[in-house]
Amino acid sequence: MKRLGPGLILALVVGFAFLYLPILALVAYSFNASRLVTVWGGFSTHWYGSLLSNQPLLDAAWLSVRLAFVSATLAAGLGTLAALALVRHGRFQGRLLFSGMVLAPLVMPEVITGLSLLLLFVAADVERGFWTVTIAHATFGLGFACIVVQARLAGFDRSLEEAARDLGATPLVTFWTVTLPLIWPAVAAAWMLAFTLSLDDLVIASFTTGPGATTLPMRLYSAIRLGVSPEINAACTLMIGAVALAVISASLLLKRRQVAGS
Amino acid sequence: MSAPVAPPARLGRLLVAAPYLWLLLFFLAPFAMVLRMALSDADTALPPYAPHFEGLARLGEFFARLDLENFRLLAEDSLYGQSYLYSLRVAALTTLIALAIGYPLAYAMAAAPRHWRPVLLVLVVLPFWTSFLIRVYAWIGILRPDGLLDMMLGSLGLTSEPLRLLNTEAAVLIGMVYSYLPFMVLPLYATLEKLDRSLLEAAADLGATPATAFLTVTLPLSLPGLFAGAALVFIPSVGEFVIPDLLGGPDTTLIGNLLWTTFASRDWPLASAVAIVLLVVLVLPLALLQQARLARGGP
Repeated sequence: MKRLGPGLILALVVGFAFLYLPILALVAYSFNASRLVTVWGGFSTHWYGSLLSNQPLLDAAWLSVRLAFVSATLAAGLGTLAALALVRHGRFQGRLLFSGMVLAPLVMPEVITGLSLLLLFVAADVERGFWTVTIAHATFGLGFACIVVQARLAGFDRSLEEAARDLGATPLVTFWTVTLPLIWPAVAAAWMLAFTLSLDDLVIASFTTGPGATTLPMRLYSAIRLGVSPEINAACTLMIGAVALAVISASLLLKRRQVAGS
Repeated sequence: MSAPVAPPARLGRLLVAAPYLWLLLFFLAPFAMVLRMALSDADTALPPYAPHFEGLARLGEFFARLDLENFRLLAEDSLYGQSYLYSLRVAALTTLIALAIGYPLAYAMAAAPRHWRPVLLVLVVLPFWTSFLIRVYAWIGILRPDGLLDMMLGSLGLTSEPLRLLNTEAAVLIGMVYSYLPFMVLPLYATLEKLDRSLLEAAADLGATPATAFLTVTLPLSLPGLFAGAALVFIPSVGEFVIPDLLGGPDTTLIGNLLWTTFASRDWPLASAVAIVLLVVLVLPLALLQQARLARGGP
């Protein structure tokens, strides 16, 4: 194995320092006893305690999780159907329009997606809140989910399905017992991606929400606009911890499965 | 493409129908409404606004009511033109800086020992999975007066007074590059990792210096990844509005910010016109990029 030259090691160190130092600084200051960023007042978990009594923030977090759960489920389901339609049904009426509509939200600026859905909801005269944001998130998560499942379907061995059909299984049974179990990892990955995107979205939610439904990013955004505070640092640290845990356990799980599969 | 076994038509149609109808209703219809809103005048388009579009009979009337007033306003008010240009400038600078940091990083990752690569890849993607608000917030703490950067530079004796980087264009660029760097690194890494190393050895055998080999072999072969990364950074940068809002100042108004303020001041038709022009501004460079790729015979 060839060793890396000093220049390449420098590139790695500089690149990763740029990516991680800001986050590390943020985490470190969440344990600062002093409210001032310039003063290190000693180690303290005080801000985590005050976070637990911040009811509006906790409410927003719970709302965001529920919303992400529902919208990710919708996005993964519809995205899987869309992927099946695009990969399996070579030609159908309006295919070009369909694939365009699936992919367009991926490159559409969020401000435009948000504005357009708001216009729809206003015209339809529906009350804006949890469900309008859920629909908006499901719509833009659909495209991402579709791409993930499509990639998996492209390398799919159709002869397994044909065997099931030859053995007398109906199309529905074949789908349920052969196709779905085989593409399941991709569907799960699509769900996770849609869940994260929903949890992270500020712009589309701001356009499509109503007075009763303030998501976590919206709450954080208004707090950040007021200024830096160790309590926000603590909230951010908890979120970073949750994400790191999820990503690391997912990659470990995937690795174990690969080892078991090979 | 293999010719698929024809599935039973009824089931197939059902399969397509659900996502199709969803997208027609929640993507195409809203988009058509933005277009229509952009072409109507402020009086008839004020909320609460009901669709007036009733059947073919009123089609003529509908077209008669179309109004280019909003687009004329956009063209006449230099504020909008300036902020479109400014958005393009910021997005272009973001793309270039992300390339300058991302290319060496992707190159080093691809050259790293094989068993290191998955770990490095996860390390690049991990910050991307945390909320972008958190990433922007982290930079506020660093860049603000008496923040971490000033503190460090001050204690090293490099500066005597605060740099005042927050609320400047530099801060916006830092935030954008930081947020979109993984989009640049991932496609670059994907093409660089697949690169056939024996080509470089051949170049070296034929007397090329490492620099020449890089410029004549590696760089041209990594262009597809470079274009993909540039597009992935450029597109969201043009429409960005949260980062300039939090890190920028009064003179870093991107078109996304302008759209938001126009919208917030309840001039929805004008906001819709801004959105349409933004889309056109986005599609043009993309089309040119695609053209360049086709001309090169790339994918």
